[in-house]
Amino acid sequence: MLKVSGISAFYGRIQVLKNIGLEVAEGSIVTILGANGAGKTTTMKTISGLLKPQQGSIEFQGEEVKGLRPDQLLRKGIALVPEGRQILSGMTVLENLEMGAYHRKDNEIDRDIKAIMGRFPILEERQKQLGGTLSGGQQQMLAIARAILSKPKLLLLDEPSMGLAPLVVADIFKIIKEINEAGTTVLLVEQNARQALRISDYGYVLETGKIVAEGSAHELLNDPRIMEAYLGRKSS
Amino acid sequence: MLIEQLINGITLGSIYAIVALGFTLVFGVLGIINMAHGEIFMFGAFIGVVVTATFKGPLWLAFLAAILVTAAMGYMLERFALRPLRSKQGVSHLAPLISTIGVSILLENLSHHLFGPGNHPFRASFAEISFQIGSITVYLVQIVIFIISVLLMYALSFWLGKTKAGKALRATAENLETASLLGVDVKRTITMTVIIASAMGGIAGILVGMAFNSVTPQMGLSIGLKGLAIIILGGMGNVKGAMAGGLILGLAETFVVVYGNSGYKDAIAFVAIIVILLIRPQGLFGQKISA
Repeated sequence: MLKVSGISAFYGRIQVLKNIGLEVAEGSIVTILGANGAGKTTTMKTISGLLKPQQGSIEFQGEEVKGLRPDQLLRKGIALVPEGRQILSGMTVLENLEMGAYHRKDNEIDRDIKAIMGRFPILEERQKQLGGTLSGGQQQMLAIARAILSKPKLLLLDEPSMGLAPLVVADIFKIIKEINEAGTTVLLVEQNARQALRISDYGYVLETGKIVAEGSAHELLNDPRIMEAYLGRKSS
Repeated sequence: MLIEQLINGITLGSIYAIVALGFTLVFGVLGIINMAHGEIFMFGAFIGVVVTATFKGPLWLAFLAAILVTAAMGYMLERFALRPLRSKQGVSHLAPLISTIGVSILLENLSHHLFGPGNHPFRASFAEISFQIGSITVYLVQIVIFIISVLLMYALSFWLGKTKAGKALRATAENLETASLLGVDVKRTITMTVIIASAMGGIAGILVGMAFNSVTPQMGLSIGLKGLAIIILGGMGNVKGAMAGGLILGLAETFVVVYGNSGYKDAIAFVAIIVILLIRPQGLFGQKISA
């Protein structure tokens, strides 16, 4: 579904992505692992159109989409939940959800918003509250719910578990799995490697702007080198 | 006497509010002070003079013409003075401000050239219509100004709060990247914002022309500075703040003239703003920046 090849990107003169190539098959969950500063967020920003890569190509459903703006890519079916969630804090929860469906022109938006509120009761309860007044976990749910309302074919999630309590993290991963089972392809960036790989089909390991390892989630989970470097101590 | 002055103050204040709304919309979305706003406002006033005094046209035509001309100026301001600076890397964050100052000087000189210096009166007959309610004299012009201002503020609030385009504008104002990730064509939203803000400036220009029966090429600067002061007072980028701030400044100026010395009008109004800002540095409706 998504095929990234030979992508290089720079911040000023510093090269942050070196010849990145990755593929996401339709219907799968793919995880990009890596430490801070490895280039994970830059990769996501490049795929979603926030950054323009200097070289390489990005193919989505067989079509070259490199250089398109984020709003154009959203119309093609690529939605990004950015790092730090980026809730519109001065707009209400309901308005945030409505903005999720901003580009849609069908008549089922209200029905879909109701359905999503059924899935996330806390959002229904707080629909008139400003987005900025929600807790971190609630904001993450709002950010994911907002992205779902755009009806993406490919959902990009940049560190959805960042800064959240373990119980909430488990909930977020469960939600991601649900979204995938409902038919949305997911590309996930995570530091929480073990939990991410558990719901994933395939994984890439990013190190200082390069892909240094890749494999099925099962292989990566059982690779001792990767275990040591990115998964930490084996937990029960 | 008191009620008459109150009416004067509210009339003046609602005009200020509309000028300030134009500033605050552009600041909210682009984060820059549009120093050309006052001159666009002045052009709106001149279009009013040309239509009503020179061509003896009706008032509605003056409004229509002023809206069209100032909206077009807004488009050109964005297209030629602001957008080229946004797409380049390494441009100083002061560059757009300087650019709008350049446009303001250009427009002031252009109006000198087109309309000539000195004072241009509006069509006088309209300004003289007044009626008595008890002992109070009310001018028709004041009522018209007040009604137009309230309608405009209401329409803007409704548009920002309830319509899709208005929400897209608020999303863009809050975070450009997030808005574009949600599917908002940010470039178009910015252009639309500058156009709407400029057209509001044009409407305010006609209203001032009607209220004071005086239009000069220099009027843009002083009203521009007042608009700027009002949005600082109300909270940068805040719509309610611009409305409240406009009314406060209008009332303050009017009452200084009545109960004090008209020579100190601007001084006292601005001292009032300084005092309020010392107490609330973020402005009346602004929020403290938090982590």
